[in-house]
Amino acid sequence: MVGGRRLSLTWVGALPFLAYVGVFLFLPTLIIAVGAFFGENGFTFANFTNLSRSYIVAATVNSIILSAVTAAAGAVLGALLTYAIATGNPKGVVRRIAVSASGVLAQFGGVTLAFAFLATIGPAGLVYIWLVQQHVDIYSTGTWLYDLRGLMVVYLYFQIPLMVLVFLPAVDGIRPQWREATESLGGNTWEYWRHVAGPLLAPAFLGATLLLFANALSAYATAAALINQGGIILPLQISNAITSEVGLHEPGFAKAQAVVLIAIVAIITALYGLLQRRTSRWLQ
Amino acid sequence: MFEFSTRGNGADAPRTLANWQAIGTYPDMVAGIVNSLELAAITSIGILVALVPTMVWVRLRLPRLRRVIELISLLPLTIPAIVLVVGFWPMYQWLGNNVSDSILTLSFAYAILVLPYAYRALDAGLAAIDVKTLSEAARSLGAGWPTVIWRVIVPNISSALLNAGLLSVALVLGEYTIANNLLYPNLQVSLVSLGRTNAGVSIAVAVASLLFAFALLIAISFVGRPRRMRSEVA
Repeated sequence: MVGGRRLSLTWVGALPFLAYVGVFLFLPTLIIAVGAFFGENGFTFANFTNLSRSYIVAATVNSIILSAVTAAAGAVLGALLTYAIATGNPKGVVRRIAVSASGVLAQFGGVTLAFAFLATIGPAGLVYIWLVQQHVDIYSTGTWLYDLRGLMVVYLYFQIPLMVLVFLPAVDGIRPQWREATESLGGNTWEYWRHVAGPLLAPAFLGATLLLFANALSAYATAAALINQGGIILPLQISNAITSEVGLHEPGFAKAQAVVLIAIVAIITALYGLLQRRTSRWLQ
Repeated sequence: MFEFSTRGNGADAPRTLANWQAIGTYPDMVAGIVNSLELAAITSIGILVALVPTMVWVRLRLPRLRRVIELISLLPLTIPAIVLVVGFWPMYQWLGNNVSDSILTLSFAYAILVLPYAYRALDAGLAAIDVKTLSEAARSLGAGWPTVIWRVIVPNISSALLNAGLLSVALVLGEYTIANNLLYPNLQVSLVSLGRTNAGVSIAVAVASLLFAFALLIAISFVGRPRRMRSEVA
């Protein structure tokens, strides 16, 4: 009994934190999970059958296309940039600035990133006006900045920095000795990348790509700031359903959409976790 | 962006800082900036006060719980903010009706958002020092738990604390999703609504906030350095 009481006293120390997380992390999650099955008249599956509405399907498909394209392109371009940063001076100013700027763009960009694009290649932007003066009209087929193509371009500006942030530790973990070892065994640069560095970095690269995919899927701020109306991607649709800007306040429906989004992200995260475990074996 | 924010009226108008000076003449914008700064201060202090004692306690007394705490702390990374906001919606409706509809209640939600980042920063800080030996030494000299944490642990992880705090500030200042959907006017929300009426001024504010976040992160990269250098020597 004494042991039991001491145990319970020790647990009290962690209680405030657990209580807080319980209220502000698990309660909202629970509200979504349960609320998705309730409409105005009690228990229902209607919220989920409503997911087959054409605009929701279109938004989901758009979201997945957007995430896949920007994850793939962001991963490749970001990996090249990461390699360039990693081969530089590890304590240098360039690296510090590059990493900090990546942090800003990847995590705090959001609204400001959308504004940056309006100010540069928006219809009144610096670059656009200059291009028009050079008789190049990038919007000759319509102002694509406000549709999916525009989102892809803008999203790359936080996807590439995020790739740098998550991929840099892996590239830093590659030791020059491995290259020397390859060379002393008679391997050339191609064989080094093909048989040594490539296989080592592959899980980290794939993992980072998945992370980018999940990141693009759940991003909301940039798209919301860029596009005033409608909901061409799923996060915008969720927002429409809860804030009822169009007069249709559908909390249950919003929750069902949230469940879809979280399900996709959960699958991606699980895969990411598996890959991460493989990577961490090599990088200490 | 800076170019855009310094444009004058008309095609050939000279460069002007009028947009920058005009920031102060938009009460909504100023209120948004003040709101966000207050939120940033409350959130970063709150998360440190909540997290540091818990993490120290768990390291010392509840090692079995450490994995759980870590898992919980990193969980918000995998839950998109737009999903969380759906769950927050009814909670904040209730809070607004029964407790307070102040924008500062958003700190509770923001603390969850910054939790993973703060956790990682603090975990790195605590891993670099020998929490157990330090606290046992302090305890055997007669210090109570508050003294141990405040006088012994905190000074030893000061750079990690600063790191976590600055990250939280930067994150809160850039937050838009939750505030917008819960209809609270923070910095980014008022930025967007101002952007629809006066693009020049809103972009001036956007430039300022980007530079501010950049400066914070540069500061963090310098804060982290002494510890790394020490561990290289060791």
